[in-house]
Amino acid sequence: MTKQHVLTTINGEQTEFLCEPQQSLLGALREDLGLTGTKEGCGTGDCGACSVIVNGRLTCACLVLAVEADGQQIETIEGVAEPQALHPIQQQFLEHAALQCGICTPGLIMATKALLEKNPDPSEHEIRYWLSGNLCRCTGYDKIVRAVLAAAAQLRGAEA
Amino acid sequence: MTDDKVYRWIGSSPVRPDGIDKVTGHAAFGADRLLPGMLHGLILRSPHAHARILSIDTSAADRIPGVLAIVTGTDFPDVTAAMEETGESQIDVRDLARNVMARDKALYHGHAVAAVAATTTTIAEEALRAIKVEYEPLPAVLDIESAMAEDAPLLHEELRTKGLAEMPARGSNVAAVVTYTRGDPEAGFAASDVVIEREFSTPTVHQGYIEPHAVVAECRPDDQATVWCCTQGPFVVRTLTSKVLGWDVSSIKVIPSEIGGGFGGKTTIYLEPVAILLARKSGRPVKMVMSREEVFRATGPTSASRVRIKLGASRAGKILAAEAELKYEAGAFKGSPITPGCMCVLVAYDIDNFRITGYDVLVNKPKVAAYRAPGAPMAAFAMESMVDEMAHRLGLDPIRFRLDNAVREGSKAAYGPKFPPIGLVSCLEQAALHPHYQAPLGPNQGRGVAVGFWFNVGMQSTATLNVQEDGTATVVTASPDIGGSRASMALMAAETLGIAYERINAVVGDTEMAGYCDVTGGSRTTFATGMAVIQAARDVVDQMRRRAAKIWGIDPDQVTWRDGQAIPPAEHATEQSLPPLDFAALAKSAAKTGGSFVGRASLTAQGAGAGFGVHLCDVQVDPETGKVDVVRYTAIQDTGKAIHRAYVEGQMQGGAAQGIGWALNEAYVYDAHGIMENPAFLDYRMPVALDLPLIDTVIVEVPNPAHPYGVRGVGETPIVPPLAAVANAVFDAVGVRYCDLPLNPPRVLSGLLPAAG
Amino acid sequence: MHAFQYVAPTSLAAARELLKDAISVPTRVLAGGTDLLVQMRAGLHSPARLLDIKKIPETNVLCIEAGQARIGAAVCAARIGEHDALRRLCPGVAEAIALIGSVQVQGRATVVGNLCNASPAADSVPALMAAGASIRVIGPDRERWLPVAGFAVAPGRTLLAPDELIVELRLPVPDAHTAEAYQRFTPRAEMDIAVVGVGARLTLDRDGCCRAAEVAIGAVAPTALPAPEVVAAILGARIDEAALTRAAAAAKSVGNPISDKRGTADFRRHIAGVLTRRVLRTAAERARQRSL
Repeated sequence: MTKQHVLTTINGEQTEFLCEPQQSLLGALREDLGLTGTKEGCGTGDCGACSVIVNGRLTCACLVLAVEADGQQIETIEGVAEPQALHPIQQQFLEHAALQCGICTPGLIMATKALLEKNPDPSEHEIRYWLSGNLCRCTGYDKIVRAVLAAAAQLRGAEA
Repeated sequence: MTDDKVYRWIGSSPVRPDGIDKVTGHAAFGADRLLPGMLHGLILRSPHAHARILSIDTSAADRIPGVLAIVTGTDFPDVTAAMEETGESQIDVRDLARNVMARDKALYHGHAVAAVAATTTTIAEEALRAIKVEYEPLPAVLDIESAMAEDAPLLHEELRTKGLAEMPARGSNVAAVVTYTRGDPEAGFAASDVVIEREFSTPTVHQGYIEPHAVVAECRPDDQATVWCCTQGPFVVRTLTSKVLGWDVSSIKVIPSEIGGGFGGKTTIYLEPVAILLARKSGRPVKMVMSREEVFRATGPTSASRVRIKLGASRAGKILAAEAELKYEAGAFKGSPITPGCMCVLVAYDIDNFRITGYDVLVNKPKVAAYRAPGAPMAAFAMESMVDEMAHRLGLDPIRFRLDNAVREGSKAAYGPKFPPIGLVSCLEQAALHPHYQAPLGPNQGRGVAVGFWFNVGMQSTATLNVQEDGTATVVTASPDIGGSRASMALMAAETLGIAYERINAVVGDTEMAGYCDVTGGSRTTFATGMAVIQAARDVVDQMRRRAAKIWGIDPDQVTWRDGQAIPPAEHATEQSLPPLDFAALAKSAAKTGGSFVGRASLTAQGAGAGFGVHLCDVQVDPETGKVDVVRYTAIQDTGKAIHRAYVEGQMQGGAAQGIGWALNEAYVYDAHGIMENPAFLDYRMPVALDLPLIDTVIVEVPNPAHPYGVRGVGETPIVPPLAAVANAVFDAVGVRYCDLPLNPPRVLSGLLPAAG
Repeated sequence: MHAFQYVAPTSLAAARELLKDAISVPTRVLAGGTDLLVQMRAGLHSPARLLDIKKIPETNVLCIEAGQARIGAAVCAARIGEHDALRRLCPGVAEAIALIGSVQVQGRATVVGNLCNASPAADSVPALMAAGASIRVIGPDRERWLPVAGFAVAPGRTLLAPDELIVELRLPVPDAHTAEAYQRFTPRAEMDIAVVGVGARLTLDRDGCCRAAEVAIGAVAPTALPAPEVVAAILGARIDEAALTRAAAAAKSVGNPISDKRGTADFRRHIAGVLTRRVLRTAAERARQRSL
């Protein structure tokens, strides 16, 4: 099968690549574009480790074909920090020890980013509901929830 | 009893040295390694739970363009049986070799029978379909009862039960029987006012790390191999891989990637020898990454168990006798955690008369791997349920009853030695005083208490501390960092050197650049590798004191080290106006004064401190559906000195969450043929964020006298209490004693409305 | 995954053109892909062509007009959750759709995909059946409307021909005396498959008596089933505890549930009763609120 040409925007940068039609967006990001910050935990959309934001919506990159990325805006973990500064969500995850092994962390940060863009002041319950598509096996979620609450407060403060 | 020493760094919760890499996606995990020309390797797995392999024909697969190597069992040497220590368990390398790649028989559904390496995964998938394997299906044994039956089909005809008075003539699926006895149990039961007896069961469960096993292997023409993999111990990977391949350890270099969770499941090997052989045959680097389905079908799980306990107590509330019979599934090869299970089952209580018997039972399921406090949670589920029931029968408060029977310093542990200082009584006292224990309960709610224990272990660790000329230092160990251990190492080094935490970096080295370390497991890393780091830091301090003495022209014994400074004796400081030399100044001038400073330490750590914990759990039960929600949870644990408080809390919370999952919804579901029906996160129901409440923690710090800062270890104990804590809470809520996990809605409802289950 | 040809037509006419050879070139329609891609990776389907419908304007419609809610076949679940009027007027359908998968899945998965996947446990289906929804199906040179009820014929199988696709789904917006609800039962709080799901739409008269009702139950049979016996138990009656008890008892006899990894047959029957009671109570309460 011949490869297809994809022209997309990843973390604000216009990106072109060739892919086989059966390749997932996750595979293209990781293997062709070297963006291995997006992780694969299950390949069935059940763990959220591959969470990316496509046209503003949180999505599992394993459930999107690479060819579908054509013409879309994609955000990955590699685009979250500023060149000289972490994003407040990243900073709060670190300060709250909200990660242990760290494999779920990129997905959780993308999910948190999508949440706080939609709801800047979520309750603990709203956070738990929103993050239920992101499995973490290390933390019991306690410190993650606290980090998200702190990041939300910081971001609200920054905007006020 | 708590530690009241004042520390500058220890006990704080700074950001971890690897933090930025982990939150920006730069940290490279197992599957993140990409090499030029890399092939993709896949494994063909048995579709039968038990079958003789009659033939394997790879010729059609070999002809597919893009297929560059195929291996089967015949490509591996025949390995002689020998036990190897893997950190928390021992494994027979002959069994391991046959688990990595089946030889004459496939012993579980998912057992590897062949592997291919191809230029793309699509081609590798096609090649797997083209391999023809002829099987003779055999009857499978799928649970303890059928495996132990008189006429059971045998997994290994040559296997003889160990631990019996004499070597049996016949084969068996029982690999070993272990016993521990003390006093006269019959007399103890006869003297008891109340005697209760029940049998409990737990299902097969998986560690559930989010990162699947992954490896990249390269093999040079002179058979020097390099392996990148996600593992809890690069040296264990090297040892085990070399044994399976029949190579020298020095011909394999293992570079540990970041590791996305292990919980014991990454203390053994699956893919590494296969990837090396594929790389050797093809002459190309080979990457192998398991799918989630493979992870469930072929790695990890811990034993399904049956545990029967008989308990006798006086009306006054003293346990007088106990009898425990534990049967643990080992999977397809011997080696369930039955021994630690037996050692742990009665460990929290001071009992004069007991008999413990354990059976290591083979079944046609994947070989079990270590899982956080291997063997202890199932034993504690049974014992802590019984202790709860006994307290209830005697009309005693469950914490009071436990306090009256708890082991303390000087008590003789059920497995032999006398306990040094331990924190069980402190934990129970903290639990009784905790606001959680006094809080009112709502309708359909109940509260459970349970105790947990883990030994914690020592083993080998090595550390190097390289001082840089800018006054910073780098700690190098080969202990993979699964939960923030780099931060703990840096904290202990900072405390010992007397310099700022931020001046220290901690890294994880490979098997050539770092000295030997056993696995990150057994709750040993902060204890044992930490001890090596402290000694390496002390080595640097010694070198700096000597260097300062040389600069000052005085005897090294006259130089003291305080707050990161070499301090001259008082007479020099005043009369000859010698100012102290600090760490940075000594580091900066090192080249001119005798060369750079490198601290080293290598040890086999002794004196690991046992860790006890007590958990409080509130549940709410929906009486119409049987759904159990954990609504409040508190974990109290004697961790010894907590080095990085937040990561200590995190271990306690994470262990509690895994235990809650085990209690409520996790289980392998098998069909009649031994095929797991739920090999995906959708149906293997680990807790999601919405399933759990915040998890409160109380760190009790009874210092371990064997560690310079009093560390015991923390990671494993917290998975031990939750199974019974949840079940006891459910009993408190609905008055039904559930003895079989998981307490999923159909199970709970069947106890409430027997017709509806 | 097998290789295939990927096509993404930008008009219905172009899609119809592609459907012309959909029998000789086995074709699957791709919308959200949250079921299809997983199943293809598992080897359950090996189409020669994937026809992505997301670039066709008609499949992206989401509106309420002429008393009908119109949901295009490519509209993801999250968009429905963000549509205030739809959520207000059709809360049962909206809450059922909101239960499909995680937030990540909601951003991709479509209601029509949920229908086409034809899982007996699909969350949207009982709610859509109770709401009287129907779908617009097109082939290379034909078009038909089908009710959602009966569209799935077996697990994974529907009435859709190999050369057909669904353009949109429509459901009548309930009048001021009518309201709906959906609930499912899962062991986990989220990220789970319904052990049983119950959807209901009912109309109350001025006296609070049930004038009309539709109830459908998922995961108690190979396909979601309408539950006329439940309707019969409440029709003409006030929705009080006695009526709910009759309805719950009737619900237990609907279908022929199986025992599997997600629950036993007895447990499913019991839960069908429990959920039917809860769903009817909610729907009746909503109907009373609406009529105020």
